[in-house]
Amino acid sequence: MSMRTLPLLFLNLGGEMLYILDQRLRAQNIPGDKARKDEWTEVDRKRVMNDIISTMFNQKFMDELFKPQELYSKKALRTVYDRLAHASIMRLNQASMDKLYDLMTMAFKYQVLLCPRPKDVLLVTLNHLDAIKGLIQDSPTILHQVDKTFRQLTDIYGGLSAGEFQLIRQTLLIFFQDLHIRVSIFLKDKVQNSSGRFVLPVSGPVPWGTEVPGLIRTFNNKGKEVKRTEFKHGGSYVAAPKEGSLELYGDRVLKLGTNMYSVNRPVETHMSAASKNLASQTQESIVPNPLAKEELNLLARLIGGMEIQKPSGPEPGFRLNLFTTDEEEEQAALTRPEELSYKVINIQATQDQQTNQELVRIMGEFEITDQSRQSSSKGDDWLAMMDEL
Amino acid sequence: MFRRERSIPLRGSAAALCNNLSVLQLPARNLTHFGVVHGPSAQLLSAAPEGVPLAQRQLHAKEGAGVSPPLITQIHWCVLPFRVLLVLTSHRGIQMYESDGSVMVYWHALDAGDASLVQAAFARGIAASGHYVCVGTWSGQVLVFDIPTKGPNIVLSEELARHQTPISDIATEPAQGQDCVADTVTADDSGLLCVWRSGPKFKLLTQIPGFGVPCSSVQLWQGTIAAGYGNGQVRLYEASTGTVHVQIDAHARAICALDLAPELLSAAEDTFVHIWKLSRSPEDGYIEVEHCHGECVPDTQLCGARFCDPSGSSFAVTGYDVAEILRFSSI
Repeated sequence: MSMRTLPLLFLNLGGEMLYILDQRLRAQNIPGDKARKDEWTEVDRKRVMNDIISTMFNQKFMDELFKPQELYSKKALRTVYDRLAHASIMRLNQASMDKLYDLMTMAFKYQVLLCPRPKDVLLVTLNHLDAIKGLIQDSPTILHQVDKTFRQLTDIYGGLSAGEFQLIRQTLLIFFQDLHIRVSIFLKDKVQNSSGRFVLPVSGPVPWGTEVPGLIRTFNNKGKEVKRTEFKHGGSYVAAPKEGSLELYGDRVLKLGTNMYSVNRPVETHMSAASKNLASQTQESIVPNPLAKEELNLLARLIGGMEIQKPSGPEPGFRLNLFTTDEEEEQAALTRPEELSYKVINIQATQDQQTNQELVRIMGEFEITDQSRQSSSKGDDWLAMMDEL
Repeated sequence: MFRRERSIPLRGSAAALCNNLSVLQLPARNLTHFGVVHGPSAQLLSAAPEGVPLAQRQLHAKEGAGVSPPLITQIHWCVLPFRVLLVLTSHRGIQMYESDGSVMVYWHALDAGDASLVQAAFARGIAASGHYVCVGTWSGQVLVFDIPTKGPNIVLSEELARHQTPISDIATEPAQGQDCVADTVTADDSGLLCVWRSGPKFKLLTQIPGFGVPCSSVQLWQGTIAAGYGNGQVRLYEASTGTVHVQIDAHARAICALDLAPELLSAAEDTFVHIWKLSRSPEDGYIEVEHCHGECVPDTQLCGARFCDPSGSSFAVTGYDVAEILRFSSI
């Protein structure tokens, strides 16, 4: 409904992805001198984060993203993140990529739902950007890229009306409708209950611009207040302390969008084939979309703007596992409920794919079919990896 | 006091839209019809008084050009003097059906030609006024359709161009017979309310400015306008003059729906439903409000609410991501 939703969706989901990858890479960190050739070190982690963040904030890509446009389908968006996650030396198996995407989407869904006022989604985005800057402190060029995006964001969204933010919020919620994957960290914190629904508190500060409920004021014909009565609202709200800042550096006030993961609070998911609600979701993914080709063109333009660095020389791909063990990852792949599988667009990439033209032509030649995933071994060439997604 | 009644299951969850529940009461047939928007589809169902679902039907937005299937923005029964029409608005246009949704009698495609590339076109806001059906659009225009007593010869009779931002809701009440009495109110995302008298040419009677917050839901009853806003406030205005008489800090989040029958029902994203008693002060005739009842629907961002009977002794609500209609009735 709003054509200004995609940048917010992309940046926030991207931010969550970086939190998760950063946490998993740190968890699998081996001190440099002790590391074997195929184990992660601090240097590797920083490199991966730098590569992904600089790809994400590439100017051409951002320009394409910020154009007013409809939201992509879940399929199309997932494809963008698959590509982004492989922008460096890191590899993810399908099961880990699925889990990563589940966590990203549920986290941002939670943040959108809990935003006190629709405009607060902008503060959530700025929280993600602030944290991203923290991850690349040693790289001034990339920092500059992120700051540029920051300005683009506040230029466009800083002046939007409350009505437009309400539309954006509704558009985001429609995108996240019927997703009820249970996330361990949310269940532990009691922000999600066992049915997969998020807890909506009825206490705390009211949104900026809203009064604490409970007052009825009566006026006469001349606009003069003649009576005041109170009623019991049922919640226990307090006034909003202050408005979050939209400056480059400032107190955002809102905590939503800050990093909730740490070494002590690891990343886990429970796969839940939650409820019959999913019936409607599967229905949509089965019905063939006759306009998918147009969407592919949009996607091609977007991905074409991403400048993926090709690994130089015979570097092996370092695999990151989002699960605790390889066996767990394999098990997750086998037992993933059908209705939760992301039917990712199959893109056959070629060697030279920097130009949009080339990519659009290539995209146009292929239909979207789900090819059975061939087993992938570590160290595969990264282009072949893309084919298997 | 109200108690929870048996819920009516839905095929698909309710979408996060405002005014996302329409109810058609058919007391003569001991039936109630419900309409809820899921996304690209909407569901109609009819239920017996105890909430037992009897029949259901799904309607889809008519396809058109575009990348993804079009989304429905609202569904609403329009009760006209000689017939009842079911109107459905989407990102492509306006679909009108016979009241059971079985036959589409009219389709109006939105002219998205002059929509700037920044905004998606959509229709939203539906109400019947006399033998007219008014439908709002994303540009702020209100389309007025002239409806014959039967058959499909529906004609676009007028385009009201007063609003500059997307229409959010439209409310009407039967004309009181006198000449200058307001019977239609249109609301938009800037909070502006326009008060009209319907007719072959709609006449603007007065305007009530917004205050920087969308007016998501509006009702009109016995010359009183009830407006629900994005900051959780409900305001009551005198329709003839546009003066505000009551301001209620009613909710902690955006209001998603109002109903007026003669009690006022307000529902918001803060999970609460409130019922307010409206009366006129005997001394000066001013509108007065008293809070009657509050109900919390835990962990549910409400998106629609309606009374289910003319006396206001029962009501139903819908919530985002919830695949059932929740019902309450007074003890």
